[in-house]
Amino acid sequence: MLYREAGQFKTSYAADQQLLPIRQDRVALIVLLAIAYLAVPVVANDYWFNAILIPFLVFALAALGLNILTGYAGQLSLGSAAFMAVGAVAAYNFELRVPGMPLLASFALAGLCAAAVGVLFGLPSLRIKGFYLAVATLAAQFFIPWLLVKVGWFSNYSSSGVITAQPMQIVGYVFEQPVEKYLLVLTVVALMALAAKNMVRSAVGRSWMAVRDMDVAAAVIGIPIMRTKLVAFAVSSFYCGVAGALYAYAYVGTVQPEDLNLDMSFRILFMIIIGGIGSILGSFLGAAFITLLPIFLESALHAITQQFGLDLVPGMTSMVQLLVFGGLIIFFLIVEPNGLARLWQITKEKLRLWPFPH
Amino acid sequence: MSSARSIGEVLLAVENVSLAFGGVKALTDVSFDVRQGEIRAIIGPNGAGKSSMLNVVNGVYHPQQGAVRYRGEARRQVDPHRAARQGIARTFQNIALFKGMSVLDNIMTGRNLKMRAGLLEQALWLGRSRREELAHREQVEHIIDFLQIEHIRKTPVGRLPYGLQKRVELARALAAEPVLLLLDEPMAGMNVEEKQDMCRFILDVNEEFGTTIVLIEHDMGVVMDISDRIVVLEYGRKIADGLPDEVRNDSKVIDAYLGVSH
Repeated sequence: MLYREAGQFKTSYAADQQLLPIRQDRVALIVLLAIAYLAVPVVANDYWFNAILIPFLVFALAALGLNILTGYAGQLSLGSAAFMAVGAVAAYNFELRVPGMPLLASFALAGLCAAAVGVLFGLPSLRIKGFYLAVATLAAQFFIPWLLVKVGWFSNYSSSGVITAQPMQIVGYVFEQPVEKYLLVLTVVALMALAAKNMVRSAVGRSWMAVRDMDVAAAVIGIPIMRTKLVAFAVSSFYCGVAGALYAYAYVGTVQPEDLNLDMSFRILFMIIIGGIGSILGSFLGAAFITLLPIFLESALHAITQQFGLDLVPGMTSMVQLLVFGGLIIFFLIVEPNGLARLWQITKEKLRLWPFPH
Repeated sequence: MSSARSIGEVLLAVENVSLAFGGVKALTDVSFDVRQGEIRAIIGPNGAGKSSMLNVVNGVYHPQQGAVRYRGEARRQVDPHRAARQGIARTFQNIALFKGMSVLDNIMTGRNLKMRAGLLEQALWLGRSRREELAHREQVEHIIDFLQIEHIRKTPVGRLPYGLQKRVELARALAAEPVLLLLDEPMAGMNVEEKQDMCRFILDVNEEFGTTIVLIEHDMGVVMDISDRIVVLEYGRKIADGLPDEVRNDSKVIDAYLGVSH
């Protein structure tokens, strides 16, 4: 009833092409941002920031990066965590070795380093597709963390390649408190999400989708296939690289490149599968689902065992978590292969017509 | 109708083209030309090499022998990207639309070549990028108007019926403002009414925009009605070439279509 666009007439193409053409969507976004910027910092405690909100935002950004590559450009990748590792280590080294380096510049340069590595490992995509390409990106996933540990220079010769992020300082102000870190991450992620949305609705995004859907037709229209794929790899890895830098600086603080392993890449892949392949919103929904679900399951299990006075075998919780987790992924793949974002879209379409079915 | 049309000089000349895939000869020593502003049909039984011929013209296949002369410039190896730059657009036999995108986005991809804004400008949606999107949107809307698909412009193409998908594909090709338009069976699988619509659109494109059209079609009624000249292929060889009436009465063509008693 509330969600209805009746009476909102577009009188120009500019109005029709704006970011959110429906007024209710614009209001919803403003409300959401107001909550994130004003209400959350007041309400949430440190646990919420450190364990839930910051990881959610960081992984949402990584998922967004993978979604650009896999969802929009159709190139399957299992190397997102490796590109995050490149970003984390690159940001660390820029901060360490360049005196007076501004933090945000380090993050941007870290993204560019990851983009360069991404293009390098994206080169096989010019010849191979699908599963075979996934195997090629798997090479990145195994090679990069190994290299970052093996070459001591990357971690400033710390033992086992661990890097410890420097304090985050922007023009003299130190982002120390969880709430400050949260606001910084939120700002970076929001701006990059906006940029991603702009890209996918303009020529470059259309080229990505064209290559994804039908590459021969794309070539015949005059879209340079090779360049389009490599740009997708670059942009995607840039996003993953910045996510990696934020992961190191705002979330964990101390990073072992091996932590950013294949497991992590799969988690990011699951995020976009569950959230919605080829959807900006889906990246956020998927990241929320995957970061929040384990926490939710844990507390739910805890409550259940308390209720019935059961004694759980040690390690049981994590196993039940994995079981439920796996089950849900299969459930989603069967019921709604297009993810949570699609469910949301269907809901919106139904709302527009409510209470009528058609 | 004919008052507005003028058939000009040779725009495209196919010269002794041979194309083989391993031992399979798709085309053998085929030559013909296409004049500026005409509607040229390529007909022939299944497997005659018609689609291969189009693929040679816009660079998807590279012929082993012979050359394609376009606007007087001979070229043996051309890639599809370059062909598109030179103003050659095409539609495909089995629809090759971008299924996950809306009708509008599909047609907008047809104008990608004309967009100049860089990646960063697009990401920030600033200045040139924004202006370009709007200017090209307006052009695309003209084509949407022209092909009467206003009501479906926001629909994902995967949800459209076959006939409309064919029309969207034509729209995408037209969005590139081609000099030479290659249509691979634009009316296959359509009912009579849809065929009539499509014929009208093809004739209108030819008359209003002066676009040269090369057309593959199996419906002889349509081909004889709308084309200026016809090339007939059989087993990769050209067996006839000329005006519709000449081709219709050519004994080799009749044999190819009806078979010969041995």
